[in-house]
This record gives sequence, structure tokens and C-alpha cells, in this order.
Amino acid sequence: MKRGVLDRLQAARAAKRPVALATDVKTGAQALLDGKDVSGDLALSSAALAAVKKALADDKSGMAEAEGGTVFVQVFNPPLRMVVVGAVHIAQALAPMAALTGYEVVIVDPRRAFATDARFPNTEVTTEWPDDALARLKPNRRTAIVTLTHDPKIDDPALQAALKSDAFYVAALGSKKTHAARLSRLKEAGFDDAAVGRIHGPAGLSIGAKSPAEIALSIMGQATQILHGQGAG
Amino acid sequence: MAGNDALSHEDILGAVDAWLKSGKDVALATVVTTWGSSPRPVGSQLAVDQTGAMIGSVSGGCIEGAVVQEALAAIKDGKPRLLDFGISNEQAWEVGLACGGKVQVYVERVG
Repeated sequence: MKRGVLDRLQAARAAKRPVALATDVKTGAQALLDGKDVSGDLALSSAALAAVKKALADDKSGMAEAEGGTVFVQVFNPPLRMVVVGAVHIAQALAPMAALTGYEVVIVDPRRAFATDARFPNTEVTTEWPDDALARLKPNRRTAIVTLTHDPKIDDPALQAALKSDAFYVAALGSKKTHAARLSRLKEAGFDDAAVGRIHGPAGLSIGAKSPAEIALSIMGQATQILHGQGAG
Repeated sequence: MAGNDALSHEDILGAVDAWLKSGKDVALATVVTTWGSSPRPVGSQLAVDQTGAMIGSVSGGCIEGAVVQEALAAIKDGKPRLLDFGISNEQAWEVGLACGGKVQVYVERVG
């Protein structure tokens, strides 16, 4: 890999642009696809370029057959994100776990006593209301949204925004009774069964979790399960 | 959707960049194909400097030693390499994957 390719790759990753790097594994020649720009010393046929674009769209790295040989395509997508609503005790365990798993974490809690940097070192914390925060963050299919407050004033607007997004994982902490009440409120607000059915509630896999860290682990496990398409947990 | 999660918790390319800036010679190894129950997914990377120091992984630790040797050779001669590790169960205790999977690893000098 030439220094210039690495520099362009790192710049794109820093700017959180999805890019793909194609490598001729025989010669080492490479081409970087960044938006509409293709740079590098590997000439891509239109068929090869189409294969690189498809790999990027599918978020799937791998070998692609092209004229004159096989090209390895590596996809660099921006990190997964987890929006945690509620700067509560469980969030203090969930934030570092999610970061270690490769997520960019944003903690949202309008209650200033909870949402302090001291409680969440090295994590983005915002005191916006969840609907404002999610309007700004624009969740997509690489975003997980977890509500932890139990407070309908805070959780409900977050869940409404989450259900209007393509977030791959939406979960809400709370007992079965709390969750049933939550679902009826959301239905009254106009969400149908299919929509509210996207919410994993009570949040997390059933592993008998008791402590905040164990509950965070069960949520992290469930988000991972859904991310990799292993079905409802 | 799994994509590039392989890289996420350690920034391998960031380490490569930092090593180059500090004047080190660096090679990068990338898993390009997997068959069977290989331990690390396609796109997993291992960076190696000229002293053999490494960050990241291309297996559960089974083939890293062999990959580092090839990485040091790539740093010296500048030539890319495509390595096959396909292992039967009898061989699994030598260089290879104890799980019986197969991987193909691409090794290139950076810079």
C-alpha cells in the first residue's frame, strides 16, 4: 500500500465517508473508491468498478472476479453507533462495553444531574431532548438506539424517533408491565403493531442479568445478535 | 451488515500511520478469503513493524508467527504476498488453525 493511498483512506475514515479499497493481490496495485472519485495505480474496468460499488453498498469485503484477475475489495464503513437515552447507572456500564465492541456512543439525557462528563469519561454526552438529539444524529441502519430512563417523558419521544428511522436495533428497558404500557401509548400515538414490534422490550437477552454491568452485557449481546441477523432474542 | 467490524475495536490503520510517521518500516496483513470455521472474518488485519512488533490479528493466534515472518520479508523486498493456510486436523498442531478452517492472507509493505 502506497503512502498516498493510506493517507486518502485515513482522511476518508476520519471524515466518516464510506470508502472501498480494491487490491490486485498479484501485483499489489490498488484503487480507492471514495464517493465518485477513484484514485490509485490499479485501473478498474467498468465491471470491476461495479463490483467494488456493490461490495460497498452491501458492506461486504471479499474477493471479486474482474478482467485480468481477482481483486480483493475491502469496505471501510463508518463505525456503528449506539444512542443511549438515559445517563443512568446501566449506561455507565453500557457505554464502555459498546465502545469496546466498536460502536461510537452518544448518551442523551436532558437531566443535567445525570448527564455529566464525570460520569461518562471519553463519551459524547448531550443534554438535548431525545427527539432533538435524534433529529440531529440521523440514525440509520448502522445505528442502535436504547432507552434506559423508564420515564415516558424521555423514553417515548426517543422511541418515536427511533421507529421512524432505519435503526437496526431499538430496545427499551423496563419490566414487561412497563413495556406493555409503553406499547399502548405508542399505538395511541399512531404506531402500528409492526412498528412497535421492532422494539426489544424488556431490553436485552434473557440471561438472568441483575447488576448494571450484567444488564449492559445482555443488551450488548442482543444488539450483536440482531446486527448479525441471528433473529429475535 | 457485519462489514468491517473486524477493525473496529483497534484502529490498525491508525497504528500503521503512527508507525510510519515515527520512521518505522511497516507491513500489513489482511484476511482476504476464509473457508469453514476460520476464527477471524475477511478484512481482519495485522500490522507488523520491522522489529516484528504487531497489532491486530488474522487468526486466533495460530498463524500470526508465520505471517509475521512473511511480513518481515515483504518489508525487505517490497513484494506483496498471498499466503494460504489450509490445514487438515493432523497438521493443526503445526502452523495452522486448530479449528480446521482455512484462510488466505494478503501481505503488503506500506509506504
